[in-house]
Amino acid sequence: MIALLLRDLRLAVRAGGGFGLGLAFFLIVVVLVPFGVGPQTELLSRIAPGILWVASLLAALLSLDRIFALDYEDGSLALLATSPLPMEGAAMMKALAHWITTGLPLTLAAPALGFLLSLAPEAYAYLLISLLIGTPALSMIGTFGAALTIGLRRGGLLLSLLVLPLYVPTLIFGAEAVRRGADGLDPTGALMLMAGITAGSFALLPFATAAVLRINLR
Amino acid sequence: MPVLADVSFSVAAGQALILRGPNGIGKTTLLRTLAGLQPAVAGEVSFPEDEGAYASHADGIKTALTVTENLKFWADVHGTALPDAIFDSFDLADLRARLGGTLSAGQKRRLGLARLGVIGRKVLFLDDPTVSLDGFSVKLFANWLQNTHLAAGGVAVIATHIDLGLDAPELDLPPFKAADDAGGGSNEAFL
Repeated sequence: MIALLLRDLRLAVRAGGGFGLGLAFFLIVVVLVPFGVGPQTELLSRIAPGILWVASLLAALLSLDRIFALDYEDGSLALLATSPLPMEGAAMMKALAHWITTGLPLTLAAPALGFLLSLAPEAYAYLLISLLIGTPALSMIGTFGAALTIGLRRGGLLLSLLVLPLYVPTLIFGAEAVRRGADGLDPTGALMLMAGITAGSFALLPFATAAVLRINLR
Repeated sequence: MPVLADVSFSVAAGQALILRGPNGIGKTTLLRTLAGLQPAVAGEVSFPEDEGAYASHADGIKTALTVTENLKFWADVHGTALPDAIFDSFDLADLRARLGGTLSAGQKRRLGLARLGVIGRKVLFLDDPTVSLDGFSVKLFANWLQNTHLAAGGVAVIATHIDLGLDAPELDLPPFKAADDAGGGSNEAFL
Protein backbone atom coordinates (compact mmCIF):
# COMPACT_ATOMS: atom_id res chain seq x y z
CA MET A 1 0.00 0.00 0.00
CA ILE A 2 2.91 2.29 0.74
CA ALA A 3 4.17 1.58 -2.78
CA LEU A 4 0.93 2.99 -4.21
CA LEU A 5 1.16 6.08 -2.01
CA LEU A 6 4.77 6.70 -2.99
CA ARG A 7 4.00 6.18 -6.66
CA ASP A 8 1.12 8.66 -6.56
CA LEU A 9 3.24 11.25 -4.79
CA ARG A 10 6.06 10.75 -7.27
CA LEU A 11 3.65 11.13 -10.17
CA ALA A 12 2.19 14.28 -8.63
CA VAL A 13 5.64 15.81 -8.30
CA ARG A 14 6.83 14.78 -11.77
CA ALA A 15 3.71 15.44 -13.79
CA GLY A 16 3.17 18.81 -12.15
CA GLY A 17 -0.27 20.17 -11.39
CA GLY A 18 -0.38 18.06 -8.25
CA PHE A 19 0.98 20.37 -5.61
CA GLY A 20 0.81 23.67 -7.46
CA LEU A 21 -2.62 23.88 -9.00
CA GLY A 22 -4.87 23.68 -5.94
CA LEU A 23 -2.59 25.90 -3.93
CA ALA A 24 -2.42 28.58 -6.63
CA PHE A 25 -6.20 28.49 -6.97
CA PHE A 26 -6.59 28.91 -3.20
CA LEU A 27 -4.20 31.84 -3.24
CA ILE A 28 -5.98 33.60 -6.09
CA VAL A 29 -9.49 33.18 -4.67
CA VAL A 30 -8.46 34.51 -1.28
CA VAL A 31 -6.56 37.42 -2.81
CA LEU A 32 -9.56 38.32 -4.97
CA VAL A 33 -11.94 38.63 -2.03
CA PRO A 34 -10.51 41.90 -0.58
CA PHE A 35 -10.70 43.40 -4.07
CA GLY A 36 -14.34 42.47 -4.30
CA VAL A 37 -15.38 43.38 -0.78
CA GLY A 38 -13.34 46.55 -0.49
CA PRO A 39 -10.76 47.65 2.07
CA GLN A 40 -13.00 47.42 5.14
CA THR A 41 -10.79 45.56 7.59
CA GLU A 42 -13.58 44.97 10.06
CA LEU A 43 -15.88 43.34 7.53
CA LEU A 44 -13.01 41.32 6.08
CA SER A 45 -11.89 39.99 9.41
CA ARG A 46 -15.48 38.95 10.15
CA ILE A 47 -15.89 36.96 6.94
CA ALA A 48 -12.29 35.66 6.84
CA PRO A 49 -12.98 32.23 8.44
CA GLY A 50 -15.78 31.51 5.98
CA ILE A 51 -13.80 32.70 2.98
CA LEU A 52 -10.72 30.67 3.91
CA TRP A 53 -12.77 27.53 4.39
CA VAL A 54 -14.84 27.91 1.23
CA ALA A 55 -11.70 28.63 -0.80
CA SER A 56 -9.87 25.58 0.52
CA LEU A 57 -12.93 23.47 -0.23
CA LEU A 58 -12.97 24.63 -3.84
CA ALA A 59 -9.23 24.19 -4.16
CA ALA A 60 -9.50 20.60 -2.91
CA LEU A 61 -12.29 19.99 -5.40
CA LEU A 62 -10.12 21.09 -8.31
CA SER A 63 -7.86 18.04 -8.40
CA LEU A 64 -10.40 15.38 -7.41
CA ASP A 65 -11.15 14.13 -10.91
CA ARG A 66 -7.50 13.18 -11.38
CA ILE A 67 -7.52 10.75 -8.46
CA PHE A 68 -8.78 7.79 -10.48
CA ALA A 69 -9.19 9.10 -14.03
CA LEU A 70 -5.60 8.53 -15.16
CA ASP A 71 -5.33 5.11 -13.54
CA TYR A 72 -8.62 4.12 -15.13
CA GLU A 73 -7.62 5.24 -18.60
CA ASP A 74 -4.24 3.50 -18.71
CA GLY A 75 -5.56 0.30 -17.17
CA SER A 76 -3.66 0.49 -13.88
CA LEU A 77 -6.90 0.38 -11.93
CA ALA A 78 -7.93 -2.96 -13.44
CA LEU A 79 -4.45 -4.31 -12.75
CA LEU A 80 -4.61 -3.05 -9.17
CA ALA A 81 -7.99 -4.73 -8.79
CA THR A 82 -6.42 -8.11 -9.65
CA SER A 83 -3.40 -7.49 -7.40
CA PRO A 84 -3.15 -8.62 -3.77
CA LEU A 85 -3.72 -5.03 -2.67
CA PRO A 86 -7.27 -4.72 -1.27
CA MET A 87 -9.31 -2.09 -3.12
CA GLU A 88 -10.26 -0.56 0.23
CA GLY A 89 -6.59 0.01 0.98
CA ALA A 90 -6.00 1.42 -2.48
CA ALA A 91 -8.91 3.84 -2.00
CA MET A 92 -7.53 5.03 1.32
CA MET A 93 -4.02 5.47 -0.10
CA LYS A 94 -5.46 7.46 -3.00
CA ALA A 95 -7.25 9.74 -0.56
CA LEU A 96 -4.09 10.10 1.52
CA ALA A 97 -2.01 10.97 -1.54
CA HIS A 98 -4.61 13.56 -2.53
CA TRP A 99 -4.49 15.05 0.96
CA ILE A 100 -0.70 15.26 0.97
CA THR A 101 -0.67 16.98 -2.42
CA THR A 102 -3.65 19.27 -1.77
CA GLY A 103 -4.94 19.45 1.80
CA LEU A 104 -1.58 19.69 3.51
CA PRO A 105 -0.21 22.56 1.37
CA LEU A 106 -3.53 24.39 1.79
CA THR A 107 -3.34 24.00 5.54
CA LEU A 108 0.19 25.31 5.67
CA ALA A 109 -0.54 28.26 3.37
CA ALA A 110 -3.80 29.29 5.06
CA PRO A 111 -2.29 31.31 7.96
CA ALA A 112 -0.34 33.47 5.52
CA LEU A 113 -3.55 34.15 3.62
CA GLY A 114 -5.45 34.82 6.84
CA PHE A 115 -3.14 37.78 7.23
CA LEU A 116 -4.41 39.16 3.89
CA LEU A 117 -7.97 39.03 5.20
CA SER A 118 -6.94 40.57 8.56
CA LEU A 119 -8.06 37.50 10.45
CA ALA A 120 -8.18 38.04 14.22
CA PRO A 121 -4.81 37.06 15.78
CA GLU A 122 -6.46 34.62 18.21
CA ALA A 123 -7.91 32.61 15.33
CA TYR A 124 -4.69 31.56 13.57
CA ALA A 125 -4.06 28.52 15.70
CA TYR A 126 -7.64 27.34 15.22
CA LEU A 127 -7.48 27.96 11.48
CA LEU A 128 -4.45 25.69 11.28
CA ILE A 129 -5.95 23.02 13.52
CA SER A 130 -9.37 23.03 11.86
CA LEU A 131 -7.87 22.70 8.38
CA LEU A 132 -5.51 20.00 9.58
CA ILE A 133 -8.40 17.97 10.97
CA GLY A 134 -10.92 18.85 8.29
CA THR A 135 -9.10 18.59 4.96
CA PRO A 136 -8.51 14.81 5.19
CA ALA A 137 -12.30 14.41 5.21
CA LEU A 138 -12.47 16.53 2.06
CA SER A 139 -9.98 14.21 0.33
CA MET A 140 -11.73 11.01 1.45
CA ILE A 141 -15.22 12.18 0.48
CA GLY A 142 -13.79 13.46 -2.79
CA THR A 143 -12.15 10.11 -3.50
CA PHE A 144 -15.53 8.46 -3.15
CA GLY A 145 -17.01 10.99 -5.56
CA ALA A 146 -14.15 10.44 -7.99
CA ALA A 147 -14.77 6.68 -7.92
CA LEU A 148 -18.43 7.27 -8.77
CA THR A 149 -17.59 9.30 -11.86
CA ILE A 150 -14.68 7.36 -13.41
CA GLY A 151 -15.25 6.46 -17.00
CA LEU A 152 -17.65 9.34 -17.53
CA ARG A 153 -16.80 11.92 -20.12
CA ARG A 154 -16.78 15.36 -18.51
CA GLY A 155 -17.29 13.71 -15.15
CA GLY A 156 -15.66 16.68 -13.45
CA LEU A 157 -18.80 18.78 -13.33
CA LEU A 158 -20.94 15.93 -12.09
CA LEU A 159 -18.27 15.22 -9.51
CA SER A 160 -18.52 18.76 -8.15
CA LEU A 161 -22.30 18.51 -7.92
CA LEU A 162 -22.06 15.19 -6.11
CA VAL A 163 -19.30 16.10 -3.72
CA LEU A 164 -20.01 19.72 -2.71
CA PRO A 165 -23.20 18.94 -0.76
CA LEU A 166 -21.27 16.25 1.12
CA TYR A 167 -18.69 18.87 2.08
CA VAL A 168 -21.29 21.01 3.89
CA PRO A 169 -20.91 19.55 7.41
CA THR A 170 -17.13 19.86 7.30
CA LEU A 171 -17.47 23.44 6.09
CA ILE A 172 -19.96 24.39 8.82
CA PHE A 173 -17.89 23.01 11.68
CA GLY A 174 -14.58 24.16 10.22
CA ALA A 175 -15.61 27.76 9.73
CA GLU A 176 -17.46 27.74 13.05
CA ALA A 177 -14.32 26.61 14.90
CA VAL A 178 -12.27 29.44 13.40
CA ARG A 179 -15.02 32.00 14.06
CA ARG A 180 -15.31 30.92 17.68
CA GLY A 181 -11.54 31.15 17.99
CA ALA A 182 -11.62 34.68 16.59
CA ASP A 183 -14.38 35.70 19.03
CA GLY A 184 -12.51 34.28 21.97
CA LEU A 185 -15.06 31.51 22.53
CA ASP A 186 -14.32 27.83 23.09
CA PRO A 187 -14.12 26.06 19.69
CA THR A 188 -13.59 22.56 21.08
CA GLY A 189 -17.12 21.39 20.28
CA ALA A 190 -16.90 22.29 16.60
CA LEU A 191 -13.42 20.79 16.32
CA MET A 192 -14.55 17.54 17.93
CA LEU A 193 -17.52 17.22 15.61
CA MET A 194 -15.28 17.84 12.62
CA ALA A 195 -12.76 15.27 13.83
CA GLY A 196 -15.73 12.90 14.09
CA ILE A 197 -16.65 13.53 10.45
CA THR A 198 -13.07 12.91 9.36
CA ALA A 199 -12.73 9.72 11.39
CA GLY A 200 -16.12 8.53 10.20
CA SER A 201 -15.38 9.14 6.55
CA PHE A 202 -12.04 7.31 6.78
CA ALA A 203 -13.73 4.40 8.54
CA LEU A 204 -16.63 3.99 6.12
CA LEU A 205 -15.87 5.54 2.75
CA PRO A 206 -12.94 3.26 1.73
CA PHE A 207 -15.43 0.38 1.68
CA ALA A 208 -17.98 2.36 -0.32
CA THR A 209 -15.26 3.55 -2.70
CA ALA A 210 -13.96 0.01 -3.25
CA ALA A 211 -17.47 -1.27 -3.95
CA VAL A 212 -18.08 1.51 -6.48
CA LEU A 213 -14.72 0.87 -8.17
CA ARG A 214 -15.46 -2.83 -8.56
CA ILE A 215 -18.77 -2.01 -10.21
CA ASN A 216 -17.26 0.65 -12.47
CA LEU A 217 -14.48 -1.71 -13.60
CA ARG A 218 -16.90 -4.30 -14.99
CA MET B 1 -26.68 -9.74 -20.89
CA PRO B 2 -25.07 -13.11 -21.61
CA VAL B 3 -22.38 -13.08 -24.30
CA LEU B 4 -21.04 -16.63 -24.08
CA ALA B 5 -22.55 -19.96 -23.22
CA ASP B 6 -21.34 -23.56 -22.92
CA VAL B 7 -17.68 -22.66 -22.63
CA SER B 8 -15.78 -25.19 -20.58
CA PHE B 9 -12.12 -26.07 -20.42
CA SER B 10 -9.36 -27.04 -18.06
CA VAL B 11 -5.67 -26.27 -18.37
CA ALA B 12 -2.99 -28.31 -16.63
CA ALA B 13 0.03 -26.76 -14.92
CA GLY B 14 2.70 -25.90 -17.47
CA GLN B 15 0.12 -25.68 -20.23
CA ALA B 16 -1.23 -22.81 -22.28
CA LEU B 17 -4.60 -22.47 -23.99
CA ILE B 18 -5.15 -20.32 -27.05
CA LEU B 19 -8.57 -18.71 -27.47
CA ARG B 20 -9.66 -18.20 -31.05
CA GLY B 21 -12.66 -16.48 -32.53
CA PRO B 22 -13.62 -13.47 -34.60
CA ASN B 23 -13.83 -9.96 -33.12
CA GLY B 24 -16.74 -9.45 -30.77
CA ILE B 25 -17.24 -13.15 -30.03
CA GLY B 26 -16.49 -12.63 -26.33
CA LYS B 27 -12.79 -13.40 -25.85
CA THR B 28 -12.17 -10.32 -23.73
CA THR B 29 -15.36 -10.89 -21.77
CA LEU B 30 -14.27 -14.43 -21.02
CA LEU B 31 -10.78 -13.38 -19.94
CA ARG B 32 -12.06 -10.56 -17.73
CA THR B 33 -14.55 -12.90 -16.12
CA LEU B 34 -11.85 -15.49 -15.49
CA ALA B 35 -9.62 -12.82 -13.96
CA GLY B 36 -12.43 -11.77 -11.64
CA LEU B 37 -12.92 -8.29 -13.07
CA GLN B 38 -16.54 -8.97 -13.81
CA PRO B 39 -18.94 -11.54 -12.37
CA ALA B 40 -20.12 -14.50 -14.42
CA VAL B 41 -23.83 -14.75 -15.18
CA ALA B 42 -23.61 -18.47 -14.53
CA GLY B 43 -21.00 -21.15 -14.10
CA GLU B 44 -17.84 -21.31 -12.11
CA VAL B 45 -14.15 -20.62 -12.40
CA SER B 46 -11.68 -22.50 -10.28
CA PHE B 47 -7.98 -21.89 -9.90
CA PRO B 48 -5.80 -21.22 -6.86
CA GLU B 49 -6.98 -17.99 -5.30
CA ASP B 50 -4.68 -14.99 -5.68
CA GLU B 51 -2.76 -16.65 -8.49
CA GLY B 52 -4.42 -14.96 -11.44
CA ALA B 53 -3.14 -11.98 -13.42
CA TYR B 54 -4.78 -10.12 -16.26
CA ALA B 55 -3.12 -8.24 -19.08
CA SER B 56 -4.74 -6.39 -21.95
CA HIS B 57 -3.79 -3.60 -24.33
CA ALA B 58 -4.08 -1.17 -21.39
CA ASP B 59 -0.72 -1.78 -19.77
CA GLY B 60 -1.00 0.57 -16.81
CA ILE B 61 2.29 2.19 -17.74
CA LYS B 62 2.89 5.55 -16.12
CA THR B 63 4.38 8.03 -18.56
CA ALA B 64 6.16 10.00 -15.82
CA LEU B 65 7.93 6.96 -14.36
CA THR B 66 10.97 5.21 -15.78
CA VAL B 67 10.88 1.63 -17.04
CA THR B 68 12.51 0.39 -13.84
CA GLU B 69 10.18 2.41 -11.61
CA ASN B 70 7.15 1.10 -13.46
CA LEU B 71 8.23 -2.51 -12.90
CA LYS B 72 9.37 -1.85 -9.35
CA PHE B 73 5.94 -0.49 -8.47
CA TRP B 74 4.18 -3.68 -9.56
CA ALA B 75 6.82 -5.77 -7.79
CA ASP B 76 6.19 -3.82 -4.57
CA VAL B 77 2.43 -4.09 -4.86
CA HIS B 78 2.73 -7.86 -5.28
CA GLY B 79 5.44 -8.13 -2.65
CA THR B 80 7.97 -9.69 -5.03
CA ALA B 81 11.55 -8.80 -5.87
CA LEU B 82 12.42 -7.26 -9.22
CA PRO B 83 14.53 -9.89 -11.01
CA ASP B 84 17.29 -8.51 -13.19
CA ALA B 85 16.77 -11.20 -15.81
CA ILE B 86 13.39 -9.75 -16.74
CA PHE B 87 15.05 -6.80 -18.48
CA ASP B 88 16.92 -9.18 -20.76
CA SER B 89 13.92 -11.44 -21.36
CA PHE B 90 11.97 -8.55 -22.82
CA ASP B 91 14.89 -6.65 -24.34
CA LEU B 92 14.45 -3.71 -21.98
CA ALA B 93 18.00 -3.55 -20.65
CA ASP B 94 18.87 -0.45 -22.67
CA LEU B 95 15.62 1.28 -21.75
CA ARG B 96 15.80 1.02 -17.95
CA ALA B 97 16.14 4.74 -17.30
CA ARG B 98 13.80 5.89 -20.06
CA LEU B 99 10.50 7.49 -19.06
CA GLY B 100 7.38 5.50 -19.92
CA GLY B 101 6.09 8.38 -22.00
CA THR B 102 9.06 8.30 -24.35
CA LEU B 103 8.67 4.63 -25.29
CA SER B 104 7.25 3.52 -28.62
CA ALA B 105 4.04 1.50 -28.72
CA GLY B 106 5.94 -1.77 -29.10
CA GLN B 107 8.37 -0.93 -26.30
CA LYS B 108 5.44 -0.07 -24.03
CA ARG B 109 3.88 -3.39 -24.87
CA ARG B 110 7.10 -5.19 -23.93
CA LEU B 111 7.18 -3.29 -20.65
CA GLY B 112 3.55 -4.20 -20.02
CA LEU B 113 4.31 -7.86 -20.66
CA ALA B 114 7.44 -7.72 -18.52
CA ARG B 115 5.13 -6.85 -15.61
CA LEU B 116 3.82 -10.43 -15.86
CA GLY B 117 7.29 -11.73 -15.20
CA VAL B 118 7.66 -9.51 -12.15
CA ILE B 119 4.46 -10.15 -10.24
CA GLY B 120 5.03 -13.87 -9.86
CA ARG B 121 1.46 -14.96 -10.63
CA LYS B 122 0.98 -18.49 -11.94
CA VAL B 123 -2.22 -18.15 -13.97
CA LEU B 124 -2.07 -15.53 -16.72
CA PHE B 125 -5.05 -14.25 -18.69
CA LEU B 126 -3.68 -12.48 -21.74
CA ASP B 127 -5.88 -10.47 -24.04
CA ASP B 128 -4.15 -10.11 -27.40
CA PRO B 129 -0.67 -9.76 -25.89
CA THR B 130 1.17 -9.27 -29.17
CA VAL B 131 -0.58 -6.16 -30.49
CA SER B 132 1.99 -3.69 -31.89
CA LEU B 133 4.90 -6.10 -31.31
CA ASP B 134 7.29 -6.78 -34.17
CA GLY B 135 8.21 -10.31 -35.21
CA PHE B 136 11.32 -10.43 -33.06
CA SER B 137 9.46 -9.24 -29.96
CA VAL B 138 6.72 -11.78 -30.51
CA LYS B 139 9.37 -14.52 -30.52
CA LEU B 140 10.92 -12.99 -27.41
CA PHE B 141 7.57 -13.08 -25.66
CA ALA B 142 6.68 -16.60 -26.80
CA ASN B 143 10.11 -17.68 -25.68
CA TRP B 144 9.65 -16.22 -22.19
CA LEU B 145 6.19 -17.74 -21.95
CA GLN B 146 7.38 -21.21 -22.96
CA ASN B 147 10.75 -21.39 -21.26
CA THR B 148 10.24 -19.33 -18.13
CA HIS B 149 6.57 -19.16 -17.26
CA LEU B 150 5.18 -22.48 -18.48
CA ALA B 151 8.39 -24.33 -17.68
CA ALA B 152 7.98 -23.25 -14.05
CA GLY B 153 4.52 -24.80 -13.90
CA GLY B 154 2.58 -21.69 -14.86
CA VAL B 155 -0.64 -21.55 -16.84
CA ALA B 156 -1.67 -19.12 -19.55
CA VAL B 157 -4.95 -18.49 -21.32
CA ILE B 158 -4.26 -16.37 -24.38
CA ALA B 159 -6.63 -14.70 -26.77
CA THR B 160 -4.77 -14.02 -29.99
CA HIS B 161 -5.15 -13.89 -33.74
CA ILE B 162 -1.60 -14.79 -34.65
CA ASP B 163 0.47 -17.93 -34.35
CA LEU B 164 2.67 -17.63 -31.26
CA GLY B 165 4.50 -20.85 -32.03
CA LEU B 166 3.46 -22.37 -28.73
CA ASP B 167 2.70 -26.03 -28.33
CA ALA B 168 -0.77 -25.39 -26.98
CA PRO B 169 -4.33 -26.56 -27.65
CA GLU B 170 -6.72 -24.10 -29.22
CA LEU B 171 -10.29 -23.35 -28.20
CA ASP B 172 -12.67 -21.91 -30.79
CA LEU B 173 -15.33 -19.87 -29.04
CA PRO B 174 -18.79 -20.64 -30.40
CA PRO B 175 -21.06 -17.74 -31.38
CA PHE B 176 -23.67 -17.12 -28.71
CA LYS B 177 -27.28 -17.83 -29.60
CA ALA B 178 -30.05 -16.57 -27.34
CA ALA B 179 -32.46 -19.25 -26.16
CA ASP B 180 -35.50 -19.66 -28.40
CA ASP B 181 -38.14 -19.40 -25.66
CA ALA B 182 -38.81 -16.04 -24.04
CA GLY B 183 -41.88 -15.32 -26.14
CA GLY B 184 -40.41 -16.44 -29.45
CA GLY B 185 -41.05 -14.20 -32.42
CA SER B 186 -40.14 -11.20 -30.31
CA ASN B 187 -37.83 -10.24 -33.17
CA GLU B 188 -40.80 -9.22 -35.22
CA ALA B 189 -42.05 -6.97 -32.48
CA PHE B 190 -38.83 -5.01 -32.67
CA LEU B 191 -38.70 -4.78 -36.46
